[in-house]
Amino acid sequence: MRALSSLLKKIFLVDLFQGLWVTFRNQHPKYIYTEQYPAERPQVAERYRGAPRLNINPDNGQTLCIACDLCALACPENLIVVGSERNLQTKRKELTFFTYDLSRCMFCGLCEDACPVDALELTQDFELASYTREGMIWDRQMLEEGPRPTPYKC
Amino acid sequence: MSADATFLDSTELVLNMGPQHPSTHGVLRVILKLDGEKVLGTDCVIGYLHRGVEKIGENRTYAQFNPYVDRMDYISAVSNGLGYCLAVEKLLNAEAPPRAQAVRVILTELNRVASHLFWLGTHALDIGAITPVFYCLREREEALKIFEKYCGARLTTHAFRIGGLQYETYDGFEQDIRDFCAMFVPKIDEYEELLSGNRIWMGRLKGIGILNAEECKEYGVTGPVLRAAGVKWDLRKAQPYSGYEKYDFDIPTRESGDTYDRYVVRMAEMRQSIRIMRQAVDGIPEGPVMAKVPKVIKPPVGEAYVSIEAPKGELGYYIVSDGSTQPYRVRVRPPSFVNLQALDRMVAGGLVADVVAIIGTLDIVLGEVDR
Repeated sequence: MRALSSLLKKIFLVDLFQGLWVTFRNQHPKYIYTEQYPAERPQVAERYRGAPRLNINPDNGQTLCIACDLCALACPENLIVVGSERNLQTKRKELTFFTYDLSRCMFCGLCEDACPVDALELTQDFELASYTREGMIWDRQMLEEGPRPTPYKC
Repeated sequence: MSADATFLDSTELVLNMGPQHPSTHGVLRVILKLDGEKVLGTDCVIGYLHRGVEKIGENRTYAQFNPYVDRMDYISAVSNGLGYCLAVEKLLNAEAPPRAQAVRVILTELNRVASHLFWLGTHALDIGAITPVFYCLREREEALKIFEKYCGARLTTHAFRIGGLQYETYDGFEQDIRDFCAMFVPKIDEYEELLSGNRIWMGRLKGIGILNAEECKEYGVTGPVLRAAGVKWDLRKAQPYSGYEKYDFDIPTRESGDTYDRYVVRMAEMRQSIRIMRQAVDGIPEGPVMAKVPKVIKPPVGEAYVSIEAPKGELGYYIVSDGSTQPYRVRVRPPSFVNLQALDRMVAGGLVADVVAIIGTLDIVLGEVDR
């Protein structure tokens, strides 16, 4: 009897189908871990520390930065340069230029912690590749607009 | 050797392993002296990844140096950050509030699990078992997702700040940790099912690279390598820090101190980490997450040494302050560097194939060895 059932098992390839059933079970979308990156862009966490952004006031388009230089002092790599000049009418410091050398940045987040007015912020943009080294040095305009990665077309 | 002998008569063959060898876990170069397949002796050449982290520390303020310590042992960046923050807090005579301590314990234990998972995957890969690495990295990804949600970075987290935490926990943090614990315990069983009884795994690991308790103490070896030799020494119990005395957990030990025992100890440690995380997540106290530390950190003149139980062993930070905003000297006692010294003793007399297994079982990270 045992021999017969074993023979039938061999004829109908039971072991093979059992094994294939395990493979088939793992085709369920729940078990698929591969991300189809350029086609499907991953959703990074809300607190993700990516590309820096210099926030502007949405009402009047003016920068929120008060040119206090605290981010430049907090940065371990000294990669932030803040330029300012005093406005003689209002007696306030105004931002003239802001450079951020992204090629040396390690995204530690100390600059955004230091900012007293939430002007400098590390955002969720993570596609920061550039063809040149100069392209990694971001000026004020680039920081305000954010990176513009070329969208992938299928 | 007689006078007319040629170099062909010499039994000793010198072979370079690394620095680009995939099984040396980075850029370690091991000069092997061989007699056929038998290893007569080894010589480690390190320093290919030297970045001068200790010197960088002397040129940065205390807060600025914090992200750099993550880059030494990048597999367990959270533990590195904890050790550094505790050392500076000791200099400042400050203590993190209870809530911050509980969150620190949870994240450090989560990082221990992630580190051991990475070790298990790569170690099994070195031995020749390919499947575990995919499973391990799949589960490690869940841990990294929690890090990303908590502090915004996956690997070099910069999670802790001097005096507590920068970030409050996010909504659903406790639930995420509980889900991870519930998901992870059956996965440990799965790995053990794959490996523990496996004949090839046992054959490759049993009785290989034995380092007994006396030798461990002589070399100053710490961590799972020491505990696998039967010494019940864990800094979380011996000198509790960051509120570890509140949690109930065991120190897994084994007797013979071979490569297989180190595997068993690390697997048991992952279960203990889950146990600590479950206790900690149920009792996160309310309150602030940052102690009252000045904005510009200027510790009084003095020195402090703090050591913690990192996933790889005792991780110590010795900081000398001269009263300015920058440390006068930062010295790191990395566990990998000290454990690597025992390699020669463990390998001598073994076979070439065992060298790979022994480097894997020491769980070294070259970023930490070279600093």
